[in-house]
Amino acid sequence: MQVLFKTRYEDDIRFLAKTGEKVRVGLVVALLLAAPFYLPNYYLGELGLLLVYAIAGIGLMILTGHTGQVSFGHAAFLGIGAYCHSILLSHGVPFSLSVILTALLCGMVGMALGRSASRMHGFYLAIATMAFLILVETLLGEWETLTGGHAGFKVPKLAIFGQPMKAVWQQYYVDLFFIFIVVLGASNLFRSPTGRSFLAVRDSELSARSLGVNVEWVKIQSFGISATITGLAGILLAHHLSYLSPEVFGVLESLKLMLMIVVGGLGSILGAIFGAILVSLLPIAISFLKDILPPVIGQQAGLEPLLFGLIIVLFVLFEPQGIYGRWVKLRFFFETFPYYRKSSFVRQKSYLKTERMR
Amino acid sequence: MNSAATLSVRNLSIMFGGVHAVEDVSFDVNSGEVFAIIGPNGAGKSTIFNLISRLYEPSAGSIHYGDHDLLKLPAHRVVQTGIARTFQNIELFEQATVLQNLLVGRHNKMSRNPFSNFAFLPGVKKSELEHRRKVEDIIDLLELARYREERIADLPYGARKNVELARALCAEPSLLLLDEPASGLNNEETDDVGFWLEDIKHDLGVTLVMVEHDMNLVGSIADRVMAINDGRLITIGTPDEVRNNPEVQQAYLGVSE
Repeated sequence: MQVLFKTRYEDDIRFLAKTGEKVRVGLVVALLLAAPFYLPNYYLGELGLLLVYAIAGIGLMILTGHTGQVSFGHAAFLGIGAYCHSILLSHGVPFSLSVILTALLCGMVGMALGRSASRMHGFYLAIATMAFLILVETLLGEWETLTGGHAGFKVPKLAIFGQPMKAVWQQYYVDLFFIFIVVLGASNLFRSPTGRSFLAVRDSELSARSLGVNVEWVKIQSFGISATITGLAGILLAHHLSYLSPEVFGVLESLKLMLMIVVGGLGSILGAIFGAILVSLLPIAISFLKDILPPVIGQQAGLEPLLFGLIIVLFVLFEPQGIYGRWVKLRFFFETFPYYRKSSFVRQKSYLKTERMR
Repeated sequence: MNSAATLSVRNLSIMFGGVHAVEDVSFDVNSGEVFAIIGPNGAGKSTIFNLISRLYEPSAGSIHYGDHDLLKLPAHRVVQTGIARTFQNIELFEQATVLQNLLVGRHNKMSRNPFSNFAFLPGVKKSELEHRRKVEDIIDLLELARYREERIADLPYGARKNVELARALCAEPSLLLLDEPASGLNNEETDDVGFWLEDIKHDLGVTLVMVEHDMNLVGSIADRVMAINDGRLITIGTPDEVRNNPEVQQAYLGVSE
């Protein structure tokens, strides 16, 4: 069992304080960096897509997991990001400028949504964000002169600083670069006042307010940051899809993002990444399963949604903390071996707060 | 009007539906004193606190703190005038650690530009360390060192009460509103709270206004007591005067016929 002696306040601010964490994260980063050398192109592409979904998941996690604002409309930001970027590219705007402009647009739309949603809670917020999604999806479909409508929109080829990036590994490194920035930035956020004010708003708006947190503004900020990050994921997704159509960014996609963060574990950045891994690996696992299972079961339509649904139900029933919660327990088991007990993580029941004040 | 008054409440009223929860209440709190508000359940004690911290909008009256007209400020600006508070039903950030809770207490004193926070510029780190030092002083004062890294959800009730007091102190208030600081605590813990409040008053020079049912605690630390019933002020005086006031006894025990 490792005991960490802290001798300076910096020790609490530093990332990766424990040796074990350093080794684990170092290993993952090394594996990711070296992936093009040992993965065939198909799986490398899938891995890149996984990273893109992890970025989108982190975006939604900041809003829902950390600020406590439910959004069933986040696929809209994927869509806005993907379309805005592709349209800008097709008008000859260079990649880097297009990314900045798209991120700005997503952030502003997010803040506008946050502004109108900042007084809503729970159920009403879920409905409002879903309505926003339907609005955006319809707009993408009907504004044919700009988006090509339901016929689809061809995404221009990825080229950075005029350098075409046709190979799968080049695109993969672009994904890797962005997720690195996003993970670092999101982690930074939660060791500084902005992130803490998000947590404060999630856990008690009342006392946050009385401590000087401008709750409405915090929600607007959170929507803005979340939308920007999800918009970035949309940009990268566009290059993976190479052909955009509005149906891709529908309610189902939103549900997929929500599933990712719930199964991954609400309230942690790592949870969003775990969720993305699950959501990306499941279809691959299912296609393997199809070959093994007897054709009566394996060839049934709807095997995939069934398994997705089953996994959510099992997690909600047995591990509401998600994969992240499992991971924390597993880590604790090894760190404190042989002292781990079943009751180590039994918590006092606490109930959702009601809005007592209004 | 008292010249030493820092908090002055005049003719404060609020209606919920047709009910006058607080009606025409006026009082002054002097700088450096401990001012207690007592009254039976539902008398409007906590409502007065919620009015001062601007969570409720009064239907009439005025609240001034020093030179500030509190009614002109939104709720999140009240703490900047030097007023911090605790809640009757503990309102901590449950899924965050004690340290994070206390750092939120310093929120209004920290620069919180999301862009510099996202990049964690050197200035952000410097300010984090500075404020951490201030937080550690409060942790020392209230003996919270062993809970520092714990999540609130894992803490026992008594410790949560202390953390909430500590979080309010982290805002470096000049006036502290304490909503039942001793409710749910055993005798020993209540004594501790009494000592701490004395310390806070003397060492930090904080003016205390508290709602409290424990008359021993009130008697031992309060300089003046205000008794209210049904939203109306009964009397203001020293603890003994208030305790012996026939109207106060009537409010608590009922009318003898």
